[in-house]
Amino acid sequence: MAKAKSSKRQASKTSKTAKSTQSTSTQQAATIAPEPTPVDPASLTYEAVIGLEIHCQLSTQTKIFSSSSTQFGAPPNTNIDPVCLGLPGTLPVLNEKVLEYAVKAGLALNCQIAPYSKFDRKQYFYPDLPKNYQISQYDLPIAQHGYLEIELVDENGTARRKKIGITRLHMEEDAGKLVHAGSDRLSGSTYSLVDLNRAGVPLVEIVSEPDLRTGQEAAEYAQELRRILRYLGVCDGNMQEGSLRCDVNISVRPVGSNTFGTKVEIKNMNSFSAIQRAIDYEIERQVAAVKAGEAIVQETRLWDEATQQTRTMRVKEGSSDYRYFPEPDLGPIEVSAEQLAAWRADLPELPAQKRHRYETEWGLPPQDARVLTDERGVAEYFEATVAAGAPPKLAANWIMGDITAYLKEQKLAIEALPLKPTELAELIQLIEAATISSKMAKDLLPELLTQGGSPKALVEKKGLSQISDVATLEAMIDEVLAAHPNELEQYRAGKTKLQGFFVGQMMKKTCGRADPKLTNQLLAKKLNASS
Amino acid sequence: MSVIQELHRQLVRKERSATEITQAYLDRIAAVEPTLHSFLTVTGDRALAQAAEVDQRLAAGEEIGLLTGIPLAIKDNLCTYGVRTTCASKMLEHFVPPYESTVTQKLQAAGAIMVGKTNLDEFAMGSSTENSAFGFTANPWNPERVSGGSSGGSAAAVAAGECAAALGSDTGGSIRQPAAFCGVVGLKPTYGLVSRYGLVAYASSLDQVGPLAPTVTDAAILLGAIAGHDPKDATSLSVSIPDYTQALKPDLKGMRIGVIQETVGEGLQPEVKSALEAALKTLEALGATIVELSCPRFAYGLPTYYIIAPSEASANLARYDGVNFGFRAEGASDLLEMYMKTRAQGFGAEVKRRIMIGTYALSAGYYDAYYLRAQKVRTLIKEDFAQAFAQADVLVCPTAPTTAFKAGEKTADPLSMYLSDLMTIPVNLAGLPGLSLPCGFDREGLPIGLQLIGNVLGEETLFHVAYAYEQATPWHQQQPQL
Repeated sequence: MAKAKSSKRQASKTSKTAKSTQSTSTQQAATIAPEPTPVDPASLTYEAVIGLEIHCQLSTQTKIFSSSSTQFGAPPNTNIDPVCLGLPGTLPVLNEKVLEYAVKAGLALNCQIAPYSKFDRKQYFYPDLPKNYQISQYDLPIAQHGYLEIELVDENGTARRKKIGITRLHMEEDAGKLVHAGSDRLSGSTYSLVDLNRAGVPLVEIVSEPDLRTGQEAAEYAQELRRILRYLGVCDGNMQEGSLRCDVNISVRPVGSNTFGTKVEIKNMNSFSAIQRAIDYEIERQVAAVKAGEAIVQETRLWDEATQQTRTMRVKEGSSDYRYFPEPDLGPIEVSAEQLAAWRADLPELPAQKRHRYETEWGLPPQDARVLTDERGVAEYFEATVAAGAPPKLAANWIMGDITAYLKEQKLAIEALPLKPTELAELIQLIEAATISSKMAKDLLPELLTQGGSPKALVEKKGLSQISDVATLEAMIDEVLAAHPNELEQYRAGKTKLQGFFVGQMMKKTCGRADPKLTNQLLAKKLNASS
Repeated sequence: MSVIQELHRQLVRKERSATEITQAYLDRIAAVEPTLHSFLTVTGDRALAQAAEVDQRLAAGEEIGLLTGIPLAIKDNLCTYGVRTTCASKMLEHFVPPYESTVTQKLQAAGAIMVGKTNLDEFAMGSSTENSAFGFTANPWNPERVSGGSSGGSAAAVAAGECAAALGSDTGGSIRQPAAFCGVVGLKPTYGLVSRYGLVAYASSLDQVGPLAPTVTDAAILLGAIAGHDPKDATSLSVSIPDYTQALKPDLKGMRIGVIQETVGEGLQPEVKSALEAALKTLEALGATIVELSCPRFAYGLPTYYIIAPSEASANLARYDGVNFGFRAEGASDLLEMYMKTRAQGFGAEVKRRIMIGTYALSAGYYDAYYLRAQKVRTLIKEDFAQAFAQADVLVCPTAPTTAFKAGEKTADPLSMYLSDLMTIPVNLAGLPGLSLPCGFDREGLPIGLQLIGNVLGEETLFHVAYAYEQATPWHQQQPQL
């Protein structure tokens, strides 16, 4: 216990770039000479220590400190105004939605919300940063000391849960974008163009504790974080458009050690699987290096999707000094207890809570619970279907199967699906009551998916309800048997496989409406009885 | 007699048209500018066009406000849409803002006419306008003397009758000290009373815009027009703005006036000291009670200011990098070189000095010893003032230790230059209002300024005391001979 605690404290130190170099190098020294007798590094087993820093763009209509639009993909330098351009004399004014979204994200991540917080200036020169300082939060972030729970499901469908600590969540403004001309990279380009549409887009930076150990855990953490933010409606989580950007800090150490190895930062992963692959690659690289007695260089590495490798981007030369100081243009941020309570009451049920509920209350397998809760819309659709009377597992199967396939094919959000949850529930109930067969339900589905409406009415309109009346079926069976004396004779001579043939004839006769189970039972009785 | 009220009377009675008034000020500018250099840009055509509009409104029988048709000068660190705003820096020599500062917007809405943009120390850093990249502004009382700074251009323009009144900005005394040197009234309002939107930032937690005017009444009228909450400035206060002219009363019965002992000791020019003593007698004669009190940390204001202001300035001025606007040096072969050449060539020596001091004070390992400690001292200075205001309604002290010094006298010695703001700086650190008004002349005929310091949002009390004193003394009636 004491071990875990001390490592956490050190880790939160390493998560802040400005102070990391010194502390990690002393940690490195400690790992190198721990024992009186030298141990062959190749003989040890290693584990990775991983922390994530995730930048999320908040889905506000306007920028964090000015009124320009935040819309993605606008022509360069069209979503701009004097404030986000940092023109002389302009002043920032906090967009209240940003605070609300950040606090809600903090609450959803089980953080303590600071009753008194402030903005600071983080100073560095770069052409995409119009003021040459970023308005960010330094020592009093809006939220701290939280966690989220990840769930990893193995091949057997068994779920393993793990709490991942959240060090802090803070608000800041995004920078603009440089477009390098004459080359697709900075090196070799002849000049660079500045697009400031993104300058001043609101971000939250969420820093995890170094509680992650594998690429899979890290990818799952990032995914769960994205899920939560999307549930809250505070971030669209679009990695391709850069709404969610993930930096990884990773080091390796012998299993059992409570100090840290030298930290390497990895950037440039734009999917969850890339996060996982980059980390797995990097762990392998670092372990091989350590085993070979090589020192790990503290540096920033880029994930190269083409080669599936990480490569050096820049080596840290000393620590950078951002000369943080309190932003004098913005007053302190004070969140009243009433406001906090109101925002807390606004929070939806989150994916982890839903997963627990689906598994414990409705007995769904962990994998199903995961799939259904991935998107808030799908989860709500599922819950509404169950609330309308559908058995959970059956509703789950329909939603995860045909409906998901249809949505994917049509590139449609479930909210836009014409078939409403009550209608899906009705369809499932028709099958349950044996009014129609599953096969018939599947046949009806395309029309229901595209047009919606009551399945019961559709069945009636099409005269499709299942024939489950024993007397009617028996009479029809008699007719079929009478129409096929040869086959009947062969059956009774022992060729019992022919029962399928008679079932087929029944289906043909009833246009598929004969209750298959009942038909089989009755047919078997008739075929065998009169011999 | 208030200049604004007199011009308003003339306009309303159709004794003079707005065009005639404006033309008269433009003529005065043309006559004295070769000597003074108060202006960096004179907006004559624009002013006459504005005046013509006012005349049309008058001809149509419209009622006009007090400031309608009144020619004003604006310090050139206030952004004016379509009119270049240089901050007296090569960095912004050709910068034309695509937006208007809130204060000039308000003046425009009130119908005021802008005759031009006035000179200042580069980025408002200085006490003599000698740090202007475009030449210094001479003192109308003696052109060999400085006009003070950084709002020296506005102060000289008011003193020389180049405008009816002017706007300046004050970070450590930049309205009050030049007002004292030029023999006019200058007010630094309570921090947050006036919007800073469009004021090019020097030190954000200290900067305030305020009026420079020939009389207390004019200053009160002008403050009423520019004060008030601005949604574009998160540090602006949400308070209702009174009619400050209602506070102008001739007697001071029951008023407790505190004299800060720490300001009347060594280092004062003898005539400044005797003028202060005489002023106290006048105030007493008007019915006020004089209280001697102490602000023990007053003297720490100066060193505290020279940590906090440069720290904020080092960040505020980082944006002048040659990338998006303003000056960009030629001949750089890469980004770093472009930054370095641009800033080396674009900024003057004093600006560079303050950027370096601020950068140092905020650096890792020095932050606690300098910036953080300075913030603590700032709190103590505020406490001193709070205690003083338990004993007095208004505090008085000289605005500056001396009268206007000779041009070039202190440029080689930044520390002695900084000392001329010794009396004004603590007021900015505490966020309080401060007013300077004429209280006499020295042996050489140079004006002496009396500083009144008010409690938070104590502008009405300041105007009250200043008006009573002004009415009882002849100083404001004297004009420089140019």
